[in-house]
Amino acid sequence: MATFFGEVLSVYSRAVEEDDDELDENEEDEQIRRELEEKREVHLHWSPEVSESLKSGNKLQCSDFVLAVGQNASSFLSVHILSTANWDTIGRVSAWNERSRAVTGQSCEESACVFYRHKNNPTVLICQVSCYVAEDQLFQWTEKVFDCLQHRELNVTVLSDTSVADYKTADYLGGSSAPFLRSLHTSAFGDQPVCQSLEQPNIVTGLAAAVLNHCQVHRIAAVVYQCYSDVIGPDSVTMETYKPVLTKLGRSIQLDPSPSTDALRKFVRTTDLQSNLYI
Amino acid sequence: MFISSQSSAPSFRDFTLVMPAVAVGNVGQLAVDLIVSTLNMSRVGHIHTDCLIPMAGNNPYASSKEDGEELHTPAEVYAAAELKLAVLQIRAPILQSKTKKFRQLLVSWIKSSGFSRAVVLSSSHAYQRDDQQLQGTPLRYLVTPSLLKGSADALKELGWREMERVPAFPGLTDGNTEPRLSIPGGGITKEFYTDSCKEDLPLAVLLLFCSEGDNIPDAFALANHLNDWLHLLDDNSKQPNKWKIPTSWSLLFGNGIPPALF
Repeated sequence: MATFFGEVLSVYSRAVEEDDDELDENEEDEQIRRELEEKREVHLHWSPEVSESLKSGNKLQCSDFVLAVGQNASSFLSVHILSTANWDTIGRVSAWNERSRAVTGQSCEESACVFYRHKNNPTVLICQVSCYVAEDQLFQWTEKVFDCLQHRELNVTVLSDTSVADYKTADYLGGSSAPFLRSLHTSAFGDQPVCQSLEQPNIVTGLAAAVLNHCQVHRIAAVVYQCYSDVIGPDSVTMETYKPVLTKLGRSIQLDPSPSTDALRKFVRTTDLQSNLYI
Repeated sequence: MFISSQSSAPSFRDFTLVMPAVAVGNVGQLAVDLIVSTLNMSRVGHIHTDCLIPMAGNNPYASSKEDGEELHTPAEVYAAAELKLAVLQIRAPILQSKTKKFRQLLVSWIKSSGFSRAVVLSSSHAYQRDDQQLQGTPLRYLVTPSLLKGSADALKELGWREMERVPAFPGLTDGNTEPRLSIPGGGITKEFYTDSCKEDLPLAVLLLFCSEGDNIPDAFALANHLNDWLHLLDDNSKQPNKWKIPTSWSLLFGNGIPPALF
């Protein structure tokens, strides 16, 4: 596109990327593409006991599945629920993508996406996702995980972190209103959400959206609590925003409603060396 | 694949399908929004696929608080049985690596559902028009041979302009370069059209040349253009505001302004 001053600007569309005509791929290109696809595949790694029970098409008995997406959501669950130490680690998901960090020794993915099951009530599952799941992996992640769970009378709760910069509202949000919760639920969800429903024209994206899509289409009761925060990274105020959800979760899960500040401190880095730039 | 949201699978036999291409300015998708919103169409199912980026939101066509809290997914099918019309709305980008798979999915779904014809609403970069395309109306159409058999007269009467084939290398007088179809910024439009020709699908493409920006007037133009052919609205007045804007079309260009700014 040329402007009045004669300079030529590249024009970008927000809807489509540059057209790439499907060129004839030679065998080598095909192979590279296939290998890349294989590398990006989502893999579930269950504990031996769970793998055994999942053999021959059996599914995990599950009445409540709680998924935390993001650092604050994951830390909230760690502090209020997983701290009661009645949980077994039963599996993890690995999904390599461009944002995965190659760490020597223990791979970063080891701790990034973990499944826990309650010792006394094995139909309650928790999953914490603190790594980035790429757009092309979201559907696969959801399908593979839900393929292992039985769907009848399953209740899914998703806690998801997001930035308040993504929140669209006609009234300007002063600094005081963030962090806050908004909810979105499937048609099969019969309960009352603990907070206001997400207003138009806001949408949910990422893993929370992939889970909602799956549950809507397969008629599973699911609710997403999206927390809009103005802080990037772990923050105790943001974590506390999820507290109203405890009233719902507490019905089927034993939890710690008032954790000690020490427990909270473990998950919140108060001073980051790199953020000394703006004291 | 198509999953019904009702207790039984709906029948689309002899229905007309209208669907958008995710293209420059999102004009096709906006026009489809107008159609669904104005005709108050009800959702009959989802296209559940790994080809689209996942997103979810509340009912974008909500007219009251009661139907406001209904979850909607990236690709949904709406129907108006009395008009024998079905509409597919696509709300998310197609993953770059899955465009071929998505086209194949659509072709096979259209075939197996028994649609009498399908119309794709699309758009193309205005800045890439050549000299002849710069003049006159920005609206163009394409039909597959299969649809041309039945609709040739109707299209002639409407006086529409067919999308021109342009030389691959303008200015070069090399005799080998044949003019070919080019829809820059049209997403999967061109490939979907050629696939449909091969598969003998009765398909039409309606597109307009536009640029990114406030594309609402473009959406109205495209919707009216489609209406001239399919007569979806029985309101014969020439008013431009016979289309109902959905509630999701708010804050398209950002939040409210902070008062402290002034």
